[in-house]
Amino acid sequence: MNALSKDMSGPLALFANRLNTLAGAERQSAAGALARTGLPDRKVEAWHYTTLRALGKQDYAAPPMQVEASTVRSLLDGVLQAHSAMAALPRVVFVNGRHAPAFSALPDDVDLSFFADDPQFGQQAAPDRDPLVALNTALAEDGLVLRVPAGVDAGHVMLISLGVAGADPLSFHPRHTVVVEKEAHLRLICVQAGQGAYFHNPVTDIQVEDGATLEHLTLQTEGAQAVSLGTLYAHVGQQSVYDSFVLGLGGQLVRHEVHARLAATRGVVHVNGAQRLAGQQVGDITSVITHAASDCTSRQTVRNVLDGHARGVFQGKVLVERIAQKTDGYQMNQALLLSPEAEIDAKPELEIYADDVRCSHGATVGALDDDQLFYLRSRGIPEQEARQMLIDAFLDEAIALVEDATAQTFCRAVMAARFAGKGESA
Amino acid sequence: MSQFLEISGLCAQIDADGQKKQILRGVDLSIPPGEVHVIMGPNGSGKSTLSYVLAGREEYEVTAGTATFHGQDLLAMEPEERAAAGLFLAFQSPIELPGVNNANFLRTAVNAVRRARGQDELDAVAFLKMAREAAKALSMAPDMLKRNVNVGFSGGEKKRNEVLQMTLLQPTFAILDETDSGLDVDALRIVAEGVNRLRAPTFSALVITHHQKLLDYLVPDRIHVMARGRIILSGGPELARQIDQEGYTKFLAEVA
Repeated sequence: MNALSKDMSGPLALFANRLNTLAGAERQSAAGALARTGLPDRKVEAWHYTTLRALGKQDYAAPPMQVEASTVRSLLDGVLQAHSAMAALPRVVFVNGRHAPAFSALPDDVDLSFFADDPQFGQQAAPDRDPLVALNTALAEDGLVLRVPAGVDAGHVMLISLGVAGADPLSFHPRHTVVVEKEAHLRLICVQAGQGAYFHNPVTDIQVEDGATLEHLTLQTEGAQAVSLGTLYAHVGQQSVYDSFVLGLGGQLVRHEVHARLAATRGVVHVNGAQRLAGQQVGDITSVITHAASDCTSRQTVRNVLDGHARGVFQGKVLVERIAQKTDGYQMNQALLLSPEAEIDAKPELEIYADDVRCSHGATVGALDDDQLFYLRSRGIPEQEARQMLIDAFLDEAIALVEDATAQTFCRAVMAARFAGKGESA
Repeated sequence: MSQFLEISGLCAQIDADGQKKQILRGVDLSIPPGEVHVIMGPNGSGKSTLSYVLAGREEYEVTAGTATFHGQDLLAMEPEERAAAGLFLAFQSPIELPGVNNANFLRTAVNAVRRARGQDELDAVAFLKMAREAAKALSMAPDMLKRNVNVGFSGGEKKRNEVLQMTLLQPTFAILDETDSGLDVDALRIVAEGVNRLRAPTFSALVITHHQKLLDYLVPDRIHVMARGRIILSGGPELARQIDQEGYTKFLAEVA
């Protein structure tokens, strides 16, 4: 396999040592695909607005087997203490991509296993088309494999991914699988947090079988230096619901890429989200929602608040296949720019091959409204507090789309803790 | 000279399409404590601009003149400082705040003002009790506290919400900019009663209106007629009735 290394240039070279020593046909084939394509640059359409320059120039090591328990504990406490209900929920905790049983409190009503014990890559991921998925396929060590049995309402499960690194970069590539069987129901809360220079590259394979419902919150509070590039596949069955929301707050570069497929009639997909970024942060929400059956509904509302030099990227494609008559699709991306240097790049796309559909999309960009600001100040509310109220209100209208009350309250609590009194800016 | 509200030679302009447009051209106005004054005048005479300048809207540039409130230089204060000092503007077109809960908004405003005035902040329970009572006195539906500020409110509901804010913020000087416009007779009476409840030797109001009707409920002390950016005439309550019957033309011709 050493022959591969000469083909690895650009950021891919940062992983060359590890890619050269792989065992197993699936991993070797993924590494081979990577060697051919490299990691994406701006010439690749899906990565036109987001470069991987943030990966830097230092090699990414595999995470060490030992991690300071007190560090993990304090990161975990940071997650759980945001809202009083969280500590009581069942949780599966991963540290640097590996299950950390000492910190988990495993759920009862579900079938649980781990990728490390029986690596299965699933049917949905396409390593040959997506280099980040290929990188994950090549280097995945562990991941959650969760199955909610048919007809069971499993309540909440938290999947908490913590990155613990120092100054030397390390990377982890967890491979998660979530199956909600027929008529079952799960509320999944994924939280990403950490510290130090790490690269988190998860791939999540979700199947929502007929009549089932998955409510899925992803909270990104990755460490300030972290690069987090996740890809999620969701296969949505007949009359089933995949209702997702991503709240992006942390990390140096964070991308949340969703491929949702409405595979049978009367399915519902929500790919909603909000991001609030500042400094030099880049946050990318990319989605492809495929309507591959008739009478399905998709909804996507994404709101961005960008301060400092932060940049938000929204790429949303809704693909309506020829068979998908009576599709009901809606997509809206809105951005509030708090500084002259902040930027949003939005690329909404509708691609429709059916002739009897109802689809709409739109995008708005603006600053805080002067009339609203003056109204608040004229009522005695100081400018900074007034700005904060308007920013909160803008994001809160998106967070209100989170149906699950616990997840919604969690989002609000995290926002309040991070941003209380931070409405200041030019 | 009272030490309450003194406006002298006030001139202000706004940037309109890159051109400076002079709107106030030397307003002189003195309002003593405990009085209700009325400003009437044709559209475009500068009435709303005067109210915005007094409340601190940044878009208007004051080019000359002074305005003092309790002896303080009003024009040097931030809008929130003016509110804390006791000034309140009821907007002609109240602003909608999507995503901002009305009760939270009211409580934030009340506590900001209380803080600035050196009073203790109110907790949620105490505040809600006070707000519910005030809303009830204005015949407002209880759910209006739970809705987003002014979003989906009818014209009348928005105006009542302005009076509710005024009631809770307890100003010593209130400017009501056409608070009567778009109100039916019952709503008009309720709004006027809301203002009347605040009347005290230490409370004054400046009421901008086109109609005599409001003044039947809100008996004013002085009437001022504004035209082309100045107060051109002042008189007693009878002046309002005269304008209501004869229009502005006669008065404008007299000063021309």
